[in-house]
Amino acid sequence: MNAPAQANAVRSGSSITTRQLTKTFNGTTVLQPTDLEIPSGQILVLLGPSGCGKTTLLRLIAGLERPDGPDMIRFDGEDVGGVPIEKRNVGMVFQSYALFPNMTVAENVAYGLKIRKIERTRREAETRRLLALVGLEDYADRRISAVSGGQRQRTALARALAIKPRVLLLDEPLAALDAVLRERLRVEIGLLLREFGITAVYVTHDQAEAMAIGDRIAVMQKGRIAQIDVPQAIYHRPANDFVADFVGTMNRIAGRVEGGVLGIQAGETRVRLNAGGPDRATTLCFRPEAVRLTSATGAIVARVAAATFFGATQRLVAEVTPECRLQLDLPSSLSFTPGQVIAFDIDPAAILEFKAAV
Amino acid sequence: MRQWTSFAGIAITALLALFLVVPVLLSVYAGLTVNYARGFSAGFTLEWVRQVWELYADTVWRSLVVALLTLMLTLLIGVPGAYALVRNGGRFARAVEEIVTLPVAVPGLALALALILSYGGFGAFRQSTLFVVVGHVLFTLPFMMRSVIAVFDTIDWRTLDEGAASLGSPVWRRFIDVILPNVRPGIVAGALTVVTLSIGEFNLTWMMHTPMTKTLPVGLADAYASMRLEIASAYTIVFLIMVIPLLIGLQTIAGLTEKRTKS
Amino acid sequence: MASRRFDLFLILPLAIFTLAFLILPLARLAVEAGSGPQGLAGFFAILTEARFRNSLIVTLALAIVTTVATLTVATIAAQTLAGRQFPGRGLLLSMLTFPLAFPGVVVGFMIILFGGRLGLVGSVSKSLFGTNVVFAYSLFGLFLGYLYFSVPRVLLTILAAAEKLDPALVEAARSLGASPFAIQRDVVLPALFPAMYTGGALCFATAMGAFGTAFTLATTIDVTPMLIYTEFTLSTNANMAAAISIALGLITWAVLAIARSRAMHDAKGA
Repeated sequence: MNAPAQANAVRSGSSITTRQLTKTFNGTTVLQPTDLEIPSGQILVLLGPSGCGKTTLLRLIAGLERPDGPDMIRFDGEDVGGVPIEKRNVGMVFQSYALFPNMTVAENVAYGLKIRKIERTRREAETRRLLALVGLEDYADRRISAVSGGQRQRTALARALAIKPRVLLLDEPLAALDAVLRERLRVEIGLLLREFGITAVYVTHDQAEAMAIGDRIAVMQKGRIAQIDVPQAIYHRPANDFVADFVGTMNRIAGRVEGGVLGIQAGETRVRLNAGGPDRATTLCFRPEAVRLTSATGAIVARVAAATFFGATQRLVAEVTPECRLQLDLPSSLSFTPGQVIAFDIDPAAILEFKAAV
Repeated sequence: MRQWTSFAGIAITALLALFLVVPVLLSVYAGLTVNYARGFSAGFTLEWVRQVWELYADTVWRSLVVALLTLMLTLLIGVPGAYALVRNGGRFARAVEEIVTLPVAVPGLALALALILSYGGFGAFRQSTLFVVVGHVLFTLPFMMRSVIAVFDTIDWRTLDEGAASLGSPVWRRFIDVILPNVRPGIVAGALTVVTLSIGEFNLTWMMHTPMTKTLPVGLADAYASMRLEIASAYTIVFLIMVIPLLIGLQTIAGLTEKRTKS
Repeated sequence: MASRRFDLFLILPLAIFTLAFLILPLARLAVEAGSGPQGLAGFFAILTEARFRNSLIVTLALAIVTTVATLTVATIAAQTLAGRQFPGRGLLLSMLTFPLAFPGVVVGFMIILFGGRLGLVGSVSKSLFGTNVVFAYSLFGLFLGYLYFSVPRVLLTILAAAEKLDPALVEAARSLGASPFAIQRDVVLPALFPAMYTGGALCFATAMGAFGTAFTLATTIDVTPMLIYTEFTLSTNANMAAAISIALGLITWAVLAIARSRAMHDAKGA
């Protein structure tokens, strides 16, 4: 294509700022006052269980819902709170895609350009370019009902990108697809969004999807952001119990720290974990993969209750005491039998401790 | 036991079909026979149909005009109205729907009486075909609206509307580009229902018509009361020729939408 | 803002039409009914005057019997047709539903051809037993007419529900050893109830207001709509006609409202 169109495609979109953004439906506050800074070109994933307010936040940014007060949402510093979605120039990919069944794949992609009165030849060229980008050139004239779920998903993405939006908003865009397709498209979408370098807000309840796509992840809980950070930090340094559990499996050992050591009695042996700090009752947490088999003294001893094969790794359920069952990820090349006793230690850097649970 | 019940079901269904169809076949036969009382031996003729056309052709044309005007008005009033009701939902919409559906429950005679009492004084309007059309719109509007609302209930129109809005389409344009095309099956089914009901409407029309605004069913009532059986039957044939294509159309559409929702 | 204006634009034609041609005329009808020589007592004439009361009783009884009979045969036919594929099914369905479009007058004529003086039943019975059986002009003829125009609509409503019924439900009940009777009572009929309520309500309302059939059959039985017509045209007693209309409308509407709330209740409970 011609150079200007190309340059246009790689523009980076607007920055998004929310200031004390709040939404109340019939007296119920579904979004607590939220401050958010999304720099131009960044992909922010809103992650959380259903009803946590992530979709409401997305719809507020989109202009599908009105915020409770004025001047709560800005694009590039410009207040857009009162601008309805049709004037806000945001690209939106809906969970159900919202593709128009009365139009073909190409007509769907071209619709936003038609509304913008882009003249026909340019519109058609642009539509072809976007369809090629998502690999749907051969399906341009198909009806929506005649293409597969994955193709519909990509049509929706192409349609949203066609209008050169200031920001791209995606509401659970892969939720309607089966597991295999979801995993493949997760990678493809991540690549495509980075190629476009567009500011994007991506809503999902799937932590693996969030990790794969987000530059940053905001984990939401009960209408507020519990933690916002890069994926590695969310996983390895979760801010609280809720985040820790939502983004993966977390083991917990409860006990009392005395003289900097947490000790629990397991049968005849006493397991000791270095925790440091003052004497207190606490719970120490660690991820299943933060363990290593060892024969050194001072290792934790546990009985294997079950082993589940996952491919590259296997997950053991290991019983330290009847109250303390741990999940451990170990290489699947090793073999274990239920009842076998194993000894392991925990990477001290991976041990987390949270303030009293929320 | 199961054998027995399904046999009884088939027998009852067959009897029901016969009960509904045999009189229709009789009327077709009677309208084409030279003399009904004498039976087959008298032979067949189109003479009665010709006489009906001579006597009542104007009622046929008027019924068509009334049906088309009724259709136009129900489309203009009912389709936007149905969208307004599903858009706003809630108690208000339900109250409006309740009021609009009233003509299904209220006897046609009562409605006709109410209209005559209210507008009888406006001579030109009272004597025009338009007066009958108003009655027909009143009676058929709920059917158009229900048919359209039923389709709205099966599609995710709100997301389609939001999708079009996110692409920059203003509200009226979304209505034309996205909403209307996607409720088209409901509009077409509603339209066929409206035309069929309008052509067959008698209760309101009998009260509301003037000698100058007789429709086909009014003419039929007249023929049943005062004409010989053969002419009444021939007139019934004319009526059947008008409505049967509409009914076949309705059934085809119902079949098509059924297939579409299943796939 | 634009959206509010658009909503107004959508609803405006409906609002104007309904106000001008439904609400105002009905109000006018009520005023007319209350301004007769009897005043407000006119509303109750349908109950107090023997002639009107008898007609209301006949109409109500006819409508109820028609509704029950229609529901029975339509439910049987719907279950027979649902989920059964056989050649000619489409044709049979058309035969069962196309009288939908017949106005009451035509239905009356059909009954005359069926059981009138020159009717099919009469001529068959004459050739077999030597007597001409004529029933078209009796209460039974009227009932058959009402059945004729009720069956198609009710059948369509119930058939739609019967086709949505998951056959696995019946199969599950059979696997648990339920008899055909128990399956009907515990599985099929509960699933069809909402449709039966809706269909039955429509059937009842139509039967209460039906006029054309009685008009064509020209029976001596005065159904209430016939009475309204004669009061208005022959006796030119608009007040009384209006009062009876309103009473008839209210009774019909009340029965419909009850039926709908029950149907909704059942649908939610299911």
